[in-house]
Amino acid sequence: MGSRVLMEGSQALAEAAVQAGCRFYAGYPITPSTEILEYMSVRLPQVGGVCMNAESEIEAIGMVWGAAGCGVRAMTASTGQGISLMQESFAELANAQIPVVVVNMCRGQGDYFQSTRGGGHGDYRFIVLSPASAQEAVELTLTAFDLADKWRNPVMLMGDFLLSHTSELVEFTPRPPLELPPKTWATTGANRRPAITLSPLGPSEKLSTDVAAALTNVTGKHPAIKAEEVRVDAGFLDDAELVVVAFGFPGRFVKYAVGMAREHGLRVGYIRPISLWPFPSAIVADAAGCARTMAVFELNAGQMIEDVQLAVLGRCPVVGIGGISHDHSGFGVGPILNVEYILQRIQDIYPGRGGTA
Amino acid sequence: MTEHTAPSTQHSALKKVFDKPALLLTTQHNLCPGCGEPVALRTILELIQEMDLRARTICVCGIGCYTAFPGIIDIDVQQALHGRAPSVATGVKRVLPDRFVFTLQGDGDMVSEGLQEVIHTAARGENVTAVLLNNGVFGETGGHMTATSVLGQHTKTSVGGRDVAKHGHPIKISELIAPLDGVAYVARGAMHSPAAIKWTKQCLQDAFQSQLDRKGFSLVEILTMCPTDWFVPPEAGPTWLEDNLKATYPLRVIKAAV
Repeated sequence: MGSRVLMEGSQALAEAAVQAGCRFYAGYPITPSTEILEYMSVRLPQVGGVCMNAESEIEAIGMVWGAAGCGVRAMTASTGQGISLMQESFAELANAQIPVVVVNMCRGQGDYFQSTRGGGHGDYRFIVLSPASAQEAVELTLTAFDLADKWRNPVMLMGDFLLSHTSELVEFTPRPPLELPPKTWATTGANRRPAITLSPLGPSEKLSTDVAAALTNVTGKHPAIKAEEVRVDAGFLDDAELVVVAFGFPGRFVKYAVGMAREHGLRVGYIRPISLWPFPSAIVADAAGCARTMAVFELNAGQMIEDVQLAVLGRCPVVGIGGISHDHSGFGVGPILNVEYILQRIQDIYPGRGGTA
Repeated sequence: MTEHTAPSTQHSALKKVFDKPALLLTTQHNLCPGCGEPVALRTILELIQEMDLRARTICVCGIGCYTAFPGIIDIDVQQALHGRAPSVATGVKRVLPDRFVFTLQGDGDMVSEGLQEVIHTAARGENVTAVLLNNGVFGETGGHMTATSVLGQHTKTSVGGRDVAKHGHPIKISELIAPLDGVAYVARGAMHSPAAIKWTKQCLQDAFQSQLDRKGFSLVEILTMCPTDWFVPPEAGPTWLEDNLKATYPLRVIKAAV
């Protein structure tokens, strides 16, 4: 495309997936992720792809498993509730090292634990990327497919109601293709090559029984992912007395509120983790070494704050300034998601004014 | 693994007439003596060889005793989760429509855990072949009641026999699936006698051909012996199957679309 177009975040994300080479999608409708399914059902056939109306989220992830296991870039999307149903497959997709992309278009931000820890069994991890705008959703969706293939690990995009349903100008800029390893693990029929098994239970090679090695390979790459794939947006950290950490669409509200606080003469900075796993612990730790207080704004009862506390390791107080915020729709957009409210909370806890510093 | 080697048959007067299938990489499958599942696997592998399908075959395997097979068969396999083989096979077939795709599931996998999957896959007319190994019991866990355990069948969780009042009725999956539009072929065979094996092989061949002819969903239910979890001696397995499983699940072609 190259030119700027007005699109809802969910549609922009879906179009980016197609441009990333996604040719298989399976989904089950649920607000606020339904628009991705709608878009894919029209768009994928235009490029020779397949979109399936799965009979449940469990079958949706199963279908995506099968397609991705054949080496095709494949994606599903749902909302926290539907993502809950997929957890068994998530754990074993990671163990089978099948590179799927999953969109968790949440209601509010109450599914941070679900996205970054997951409810599945075992030692698995998903790489989790959290866009704050439609444009960033485009960029991170392109990145998500590359990272999934690069690491042979599932990647989750975590969005929310506002990201999904807000129309913004977006631009699709073609990227040079990343050099990625050939998918020799994909099941395509044993034509002029040895037969393989693609399994979460053990090795790919026939007659091999080295289960421990296969599972060690799954987790052995985690340190390298942590070292290479941290993504973060931050500002005003150099002289900050107070640093506010926020992710996703609400991170934009925090960035704006921090600008307002600066106009009021308060030395406030912000950190917006873009990769939720791996979490940008180093920059949070550095900030905590300089600031007198760290704050976390998130639309839940306090989830990411645990990752912030782990990074801060007691260097300074960590204060939650968000909370559960819903209007009557229940979709996670409520009175707290308001820059005036966020500014007030920043002023309340600013070191020297509030009771925490 | 070590291979048991048969006594030499190199004498010029002797002709080898029976061997393991070429697509079976070892005879060490770790399943119990008297189990019917390796016999079913042999039948399937022989057919894949005879129909020259190896290079285009993708098997999607469920979870049960037969999960011992993926690592020892010389075809591409995707190992699915318990109950999930039909949706995984759907994903495989939709992106590689010219491949031959079959699932391997037990009764616990297909009829208990994953009933919704197989019904929807059948109704979509997904052009894959589902192979059900039905022994009426959760074999791998050690003899527990499944959705296809027959009335009166003693398991560790239907002690004294499956009772309608307590446990409900067994599900006749082939009869349930056959009426669905989109289903091209359904048949039930068994592994308890040479005649039954021969019949079942023909059913499998018809189902495979149905997929190659792009007719839609096909299902072959194969009754298999599980003497260990039927609590009978290995040699009594075939008779137990004849008298119990087969009495509830008759061998027949239930649907064959023209």
